Amino acid sequence: MDAIQQELLEQVAGLHEVPEGAYNIRANGEMAGRNTTANIDITTKEDCPGIDIRIKPGTKSESVHIPVVLSQSGLKESVYNDFFVGEDCDVTIVAGCGIHNGGAAASAHSGIHRFFVEENAKVRYVEKHYGSGDGSGERIMNPTTEIHLAKGASLEMETVQIKGIDSTVRVTKAEVEEGASLVIKEKIMTHGKQYAETDFTVDMAGADSSVNLISRSVAKERSCQIFRSRIVGDAPCHGHSECDAIIMDEASVSAIPELTANHIDANLIHEAAIGKIAGEQLIKLMTLGLSEKEAEEQIVKGFLK
Amino acid sequence: MLELKNVSFQAEDGGKEIEILRNINLTIDDRFVAVTGPNGSGKSTLAKIVAGILTPTEGRIFLDGVDITDKSITERAKLGIGFAFQQPVRFKGITVKDILSIAAGKDTAVSEVCGMLSEVGLCARDYVNREINASLSGGELKRIEIAMLMARKTKVSIFDEPEAGIDLWSFQNLIRVFEKMHKETRGAILIISHQERILNIADQIVLLADGRIEKVGTREEIMPFLLGTGQPCRTLTDKL
Repeated sequence: MDAIQQELLEQVAGLHEVPEGAYNIRANGEMAGRNTTANIDITTKEDCPGIDIRIKPGTKSESVHIPVVLSQSGLKESVYNDFFVGEDCDVTIVAGCGIHNGGAAASAHSGIHRFFVEENAKVRYVEKHYGSGDGSGERIMNPTTEIHLAKGASLEMETVQIKGIDSTVRVTKAEVEEGASLVIKEKIMTHGKQYAETDFTVDMAGADSSVNLISRSVAKERSCQIFRSRIVGDAPCHGHSECDAIIMDEASVSAIPELTANHIDANLIHEAAIGKIAGEQLIKLMTLGLSEKEAEEQIVKGFLK
Repeated sequence: MLELKNVSFQAEDGGKEIEILRNINLTIDDRFVAVTGPNGSGKSTLAKIVAGILTPTEGRIFLDGVDITDKSITERAKLGIGFAFQQPVRFKGITVKDILSIAAGKDTAVSEVCGMLSEVGLCARDYVNREINASLSGGELKRIEIAMLMARKTKVSIFDEPEAGIDLWSFQNLIRVFEKMHKETRGAILIISHQERILNIADQIVLLADGRIEKVGTREEIMPFLLGTGQPCRTLTDKL
């Protein structure tokens, strides 16, 4: 693996070297490393690009890293990864994709991740997207995440895209069974002429299921963001979504929430706020000695922390 | 030393010019200076003009003889003007430790932050990593606002109604904070207040009414006037 790929790997997975536990590293469309453990098996799919990750029931405090790096300009790929998480597991899954594009042709990665989380299993899923390189070619990422949570299962997803992705359409679909809970925390910052669209669809099918979607984003310069969420409650359940965006310069942000209750005890809430940085926040930090630009940076940094 | 020379401020309201401050001449060189007066008398406007948040329509402002009238908020802050807001500002994601580090102009150790917080009556352990967001009460924010000014160690520190919203914390503590600040900075502390107990520690009291300076003097000179032995200002005596 070369220096550029190492840098990407560090950005998306926080990895300096080979991670502990199970991992699968994909670099420029090829497998660049894999490790399995007694409880976590990784196998290459035969019918399409991608892998199956199988985690044995009862696996606790183990992690799986499956970073993807692209440094070859013009490479376009779609990868299908399926996670089968057994009953009563408690695991962390770290995915992420870094694209370095130093050429003129567009590079694109579409990761289709499906999670089958069995009864009472607990998953923390972390996903980071990062782009670098000074080529004129676009860096495109279109992640799709499909989540099936069985009875009593829970999944917490953290998804971050802070820099360098020109265009992204992020689709997340989830089905939440009885007593299961889903938490999604999304952080996005766009600049230049970037485009970011997120699209959540969550179906709360079982009693006492819950979902909490929290999206915080900053749109700078002439970038454009669209936030779409659909939450459906078919049973007594709690659904909450929150879209909080800071808009700057000549950017544009849309929030399109949709709530559907098909049961009298479905409790659904959506909150959306889009606005520029409050003048009084800037003034306060300026009275502490920061310039207007430094104040803006601090506010954005805190907001996306 | 802070000097205001012929400072006036006009604002527009419904197409009409209203005079908020009229020809203010003031020299602030004492330890504790209290500015008091009825609501709408122009106290907060005066503070904002000194901090650079508002630009006077007329007049000049000097800090240690240097004309700062055309300097920005940031430049004035760097020259040594500090301002604790009447209504503290909330920030999503910025923690108490972050803001105190920004105020101090350096990354501040947790132990230092703890020291500052306990001075303002907050148990540091519970607050260091709290975000300055809607989860904090008005009184808690107000104390953090005061701690920020302590961290800055400025030549001129302005507090806009520091006692507002602070209930269970004794004034004695607040006064101790001011005394400690003065000991450390040797600077002037300008307090906008309606509180008799705060006015009582002032070396100089400035009484504003209707955008003008009605009276300036020592507390011995001004207090009887405020408390009704002179020509009292009704609103203020009602408050006191």
